[in-house]
Amino acid sequence: MPVVVRLRSAVCLLDRFPALAGVDLDVAEREILLVSGANGAGKTTLLRLVAGLVPLQSGTAEVLGHDLAVDRTGARRDLALVGHDTFCYDDLTVRENLRFAARAARRPVAACEAAMERLGLTRVAAVTHARLSAGQRKRLALAVALTRDPRLLLLDEPHAGLDAKGREVLDAVVAAAPSEGRTVVLVSHEVDRARTLASREVVLHAGRAVGVAPAAGIQTSSTWAVRA
Amino acid sequence: MTLWREALLVAGKDLRIEARSRVTLYQVLPFGFIVLLLFAFALDPDRGLLPRVAPGLFWVAVLLATLLAVSRAFAIEADNGARDGLRLSGLDGSAVFLGKAAAIAVELLVLEVVLGVGVVLLYDVGLHSAAPLALAVVAATIGVAATGTLYGVLAAGLRVRETLVPILLLPVVAPVMLGATRASEAAVGQAPSDAWPWVALLVLFAAIYTTMGMLAFGPLLEEA
Repeated sequence: MPVVVRLRSAVCLLDRFPALAGVDLDVAEREILLVSGANGAGKTTLLRLVAGLVPLQSGTAEVLGHDLAVDRTGARRDLALVGHDTFCYDDLTVRENLRFAARAARRPVAACEAAMERLGLTRVAAVTHARLSAGQRKRLALAVALTRDPRLLLLDEPHAGLDAKGREVLDAVVAAAPSEGRTVVLVSHEVDRARTLASREVVLHAGRAVGVAPAAGIQTSSTWAVRA
Repeated sequence: MTLWREALLVAGKDLRIEARSRVTLYQVLPFGFIVLLLFAFALDPDRGLLPRVAPGLFWVAVLLATLLAVSRAFAIEADNGARDGLRLSGLDGSAVFLGKAAAIAVELLVLEVVLGVGVVLLYDVGLHSAAPLALAVVAATIGVAATGTLYGVLAAGLRVRETLVPILLLPVVAPVMLGATRASEAAVGQAPSDAWPWVALLVLFAAIYTTMGMLAFGPLLEEA
């Protein structure tokens, strides 16, 4: 299986602090990878590094065939990040935010309607982002990501703020990703729920990948292969 | 999508946000008008002075309002992590620069038309030649919009951006202030042909800063 993300001894500094202190990681195409770990372990920084939003200090990082050390922006058209922020404009409606994202990514505008339908946002299509609830905003962020039809979907705490129905919709989107040709890197504190979706789990601790589990929900801690 | 289509996309987005939030209409426009009024009050005892200094006062008001417009243009990218969204969008940095500068320029042109009417009414100014004045206004507007967009992104990621932008921007646009004032004086005076060298200076300034912005904006946005 082709590798979509390959990190070797990847180091990222945030204000001189090594948020990533030498991460080794491979993510295969169409894989759903769960990244877990305590607060401050470097999970969000890992996603931002892969998205090219933070610079690589040392080591190597290759995303979708682009070397991040020399080209941080090359992979962006083929990836999408759903983070703590929605990346949307308060004074634009749901439909306008989606259309802007689709046009910027050179995707057909028709994808916006499909994404709204899939995420249950059609009813609020004409509502501005500022007037959406927290859960609706989270759905919109995911809809924006899907509108871009990314090969690599980076999800940072996607369950946070969603109600039960929203979580079901999100889980369905993640579960369907491999069959739609997408690779997913999922960061979540809701590990039990996320493990049912993931095909593999990586644990970060103090900016390093300290453990990998090969399959969701069927492995015990004794099966973890700990990397030095 | 070409550079220009991407620029239009960004400009359309910014103008749509402004049309909906009405910050330009309710804050920037009244601010410019208040500045004109204050000048009129301050210089009112000398009725002969106001028409003579009107071009300079007009451009001072425009430049002060530009600071608000530039600040607003980057404030909308600060909410909800929109700046990261812009970086992830895949849009070319040059196109984002052109789009944001175009949106600021459109807002400033609207402001200048309204303030121009205010100058005529408040300062009793006549116009002898419209062509050089129109060209000077367009070139000066493009120049300050391009410069404002460039320095706006330079300060975008900083906590002190609101105070830093005026300090960075006003000295740099001093040539625009000078050129636009001289061109406007000539256009409203008896020697309109004297305006053309100043119009040429404004065009040159706009071309230089538009080119610089197209080259530098993308890398600056990445670091913002």
